Amino acid sequence: MNALVNFTKIFKFHGGVHPPGHKAESTRLPIGQLPLPEKLVLPLRQHVGNIPKVKVTIGDKVLKGQLLAETEGTVSAAIHAPTSGVVTAIDDATIPHPSGLPDRCITITPDGKDEWAERHPQDWRNTQCNELIASLRLSGIVGLGGATFPTHIKFRVGCKSDVHTLVINAAECEPYITCDDMLMREHADEIVKGIEIAKRLLGAEKVLIGIEDNKPEAITSLQAATTDTSIQVVVVPTLYPSGDARRLVHLVLGTEIPYDKRSTEVGVQVFNVATMRALYRYFELGEPSLSRIVTMTGNVQQPQNFEVLFGTPLPHLVKAAGGAKQGTTHYIMGGPMMGFDLPDENVPITKAANCIIAVSPNLFAPPPPAMPCIRCARCADVCPVNLQPQELYWFAKSDNFEKASDYQLFDCIECGACSYVCPSNIPLVQYYRYAKSEIIALDKAREAADLARERNEFRLARIEREKQERAQKHAERAQGAKQEGEKTPAPGAKQNVPSSPATSGAEDAKKAAIAAAIERAKAVKLAAQQAGEAPKNTEPASAEIKQEIAEIDARRKNVGLERPVAGSAAADADKQAKIAAAIERAKAAKAAAEAAKNANDNLITKE
Amino acid sequence: MNRSPYISEAPSVSSIMLKVLLALVPGIIAYVWVFGGGILVTITLATVTALLAEATMLKLRNRPVQPFLTDYSAVITAWLLALAIPPLAPWWLIVVGTLFAIVVAKQLYGGLGYNPFNPAMIGYAVLLISFPALMTKWPAALQLAQTKLGFADQIQFIFSGVLPQDVKLDAVTSATPLDYLKTQLTLKHDVASIREAPIFGALGGKGGEYIAMAYLLGGLYLWQQKIISWHLPTAFLGALALISGVFWVINPAHFASPLFHLFSGASMLCAFFIITDPVSGPTTPKGKLYFAAGVAVIAYLIRAYGGYPDGVAFAVIFMNICVPLLDMHTQPRVFGHEK
Ligand code: SF4
Ligand code: SF4
Repeated sequence: MNALVNFTKIFKFHGGVHPPGHKAESTRLPIGQLPLPEKLVLPLRQHVGNIPKVKVTIGDKVLKGQLLAETEGTVSAAIHAPTSGVVTAIDDATIPHPSGLPDRCITITPDGKDEWAERHPQDWRNTQCNELIASLRLSGIVGLGGATFPTHIKFRVGCKSDVHTLVINAAECEPYITCDDMLMREHADEIVKGIEIAKRLLGAEKVLIGIEDNKPEAITSLQAATTDTSIQVVVVPTLYPSGDARRLVHLVLGTEIPYDKRSTEVGVQVFNVATMRALYRYFELGEPSLSRIVTMTGNVQQPQNFEVLFGTPLPHLVKAAGGAKQGTTHYIMGGPMMGFDLPDENVPITKAANCIIAVSPNLFAPPPPAMPCIRCARCADVCPVNLQPQELYWFAKSDNFEKASDYQLFDCIECGACSYVCPSNIPLVQYYRYAKSEIIALDKAREAADLARERNEFRLARIEREKQERAQKHAERAQGAKQEGEKTPAPGAKQNVPSSPATSGAEDAKKAAIAAAIERAKAVKLAAQQAGEAPKNTEPASAEIKQEIAEIDARRKNVGLERPVAGSAAADADKQAKIAAAIERAKAAKAAAEAAKNANDNLITKE
Repeated sequence: MNRSPYISEAPSVSSIMLKVLLALVPGIIAYVWVFGGGILVTITLATVTALLAEATMLKLRNRPVQPFLTDYSAVITAWLLALAIPPLAPWWLIVVGTLFAIVVAKQLYGGLGYNPFNPAMIGYAVLLISFPALMTKWPAALQLAQTKLGFADQIQFIFSGVLPQDVKLDAVTSATPLDYLKTQLTLKHDVASIREAPIFGALGGKGGEYIAMAYLLGGLYLWQQKIISWHLPTAFLGALALISGVFWVINPAHFASPLFHLFSGASMLCAFFIITDPVSGPTTPKGKLYFAAGVAVIAYLIRAYGGYPDGVAFAVIFMNICVPLLDMHTQPRVFGHEK
């Protein structure tokens, strides 16, 4: 273990927990390769951001690495064909997402030849930095640690950025997950080359690789691969969740990234090791992002890591691991601390899939019923953000969202450490997700109501203006006629235009109109001021706008007004159901909103 | 649906409470040794009353009985109250006190997790105010008593108030050290001469100091088991030592030493078992420090100047009121935020 001793100072963060690692099971065998599956189902949404634009149609023959969908808008990632074959479907299928909702996917039936399209390796050392960064948009690379943020966005700051330090996340702190561990053991050299590229692209001077001390083999191979470089391998104590980016930056640098800033604002950029390898393969070999290492573990015959093509159906992977053992009820994507139940076994492996765990009741027992919070503060002792989970829980439970925000609910990283130690078995994180989604929904509703109101005010102002203008025109015409009449007092004129009293009449009308307009504007303003409370002054609004406001108000009430009685069992059960429903609703709304962005707007109004 | 985390590593509420009960055992053994077996009867009475009251209230409130009964929190309340009242008090005193603690101070506020006050201390305070004479009539430590009451005699006395024929009440009761100190001080004796009385031991009262040490032992076990954090006991004992120390240094003739205060009355029980009740106490580390120090200061002032020999119960109840305020104003700095 001597080789593991490092002399870099470690800056501990508050709290953290030590869940049993269960990493040995899946690290006994080297990374395995899978035979080509019968089909590959590629969800368009495998990343954070916009859905990419499909560039193929059904029946198209595609080659391995060929672009299937290109980035749409700024934050988006491309998708490529993982092997050669034919596009056999572009339709909705179940994707690995907690919502369980189907989403658009491109299905490829492999031809078995695995024939590459033309690859374009780049001489990254001698190519203009901007060019390299621009070409990254076509790589399809996203953060492979699980966040799936398009990597090219992280490089947008450019070569002369203020980023001086790269922190490479090799902590892999969640139990069961070993994909990064195995990648480092077997491909440390590729990772290091990728890091060199990232370093050049950002103009960074310093690189620190943060890795937990429960991976001695990976540490050794990283140290071997970095001997001739300035890259520093920083071994940090095993403590969940040290792999959280902000926690890791603090661990290795002592820098606490302010809650409202990005790491780049303090000169630090964080990447996952697997992302660095993808960068290497893209620039040096000309290979876009087609596969990733996935840990297949839990209740399977032979847990192992596999290099898996994106789009590979999960059963194919399970089979490669010897098949599911008896008692397997379903699968989890991610680790036991932050992962989620897959809606179906028949989902494809995506860029986000770092780990799949086959679950049996023996492996993860269903939680015992929740008891009341006894305020023991164990949760607060382990919260890595130093929040007060018991207070947040109390506020979330009583729908006191304002207080929850005051207590920095939105800084919660949903790591689950608090639930992990709660003697009352309270599903704390679910309460936080619920509160967050409700707050976001409320804000959106408020925004929408304000917008509708603003539009209405605008419309009123326009009507007033037009009225005024009409009055003015009227008056001018009268004035003109009068003058004309004075000049040439033709007998016919009198019949057409009002005579002298009309002049004052027209002026009166104008004044009255202006006064009325001012009055009404005042009323509208008043209404707007009261709007925060009871926007009932919608009298002059058009029917649709009225309805829109009413609907929004109703939604607002739905979310805010049903306060349960503390301590009553019925209310608690109610709340649980409500939380579940809200989570589902929020997810559905989110998915719907995203889908709507894609094409069909009508989904968004469904709740 | 996302219901992570799927794993947990938490002791159950029951196991936490059982450990607290276990930690009280050395204190109870010392208690039996000092005052005789009567306390076991009181504890049993309190336990049975507490469980019956809890079960009935849960039923009435339409809540599941079994999980809440087996969380053992009612038993802790019962034991604490039993240990706090005089051991030879009539049987109905502990029953009334326990009933009040469980029914009013705990269940009517919503049961486990919702009671703003420490139930045992409410029970104690109610008894002290309602039956001051009974609540201050302590037996003498067996080592000091002119006549030693046997276990059977104690039981008989608890249930019927009848002493063996040849025994007078005065022979088995005695003022508590804190009580004695207080009355003697008003008679203008100085502390040094008062403490020469046989009821005083090296640290606190004779006998009582052993019980206090046994509580300390149990408390250290709870700390070692991570059931309680160091904040509360340390701040309580530290603040008590500090404030009594200041008074003692200024006028040692009129004020007892810090050591005496630490090992007299309910100090140790309070430090490790009473203020450590999580439900009615603060949750932030700093809040715990202020809370415990506040209890110590108030308890000391009541001891030195108040109408009752020991002020722990009132001090705890008063500080319970301050808990929401303490929690609100002692929020630790969140990661990435300025203070
Ligand atoms: S760990 Fe659970 S019971 Fe303890 S304070 Fe936190 S939420 Fe309450
Ligand atoms: S889930 Fe949120 S509140 Fe709970 S420990 Fe993690 S960061 Fe803290």
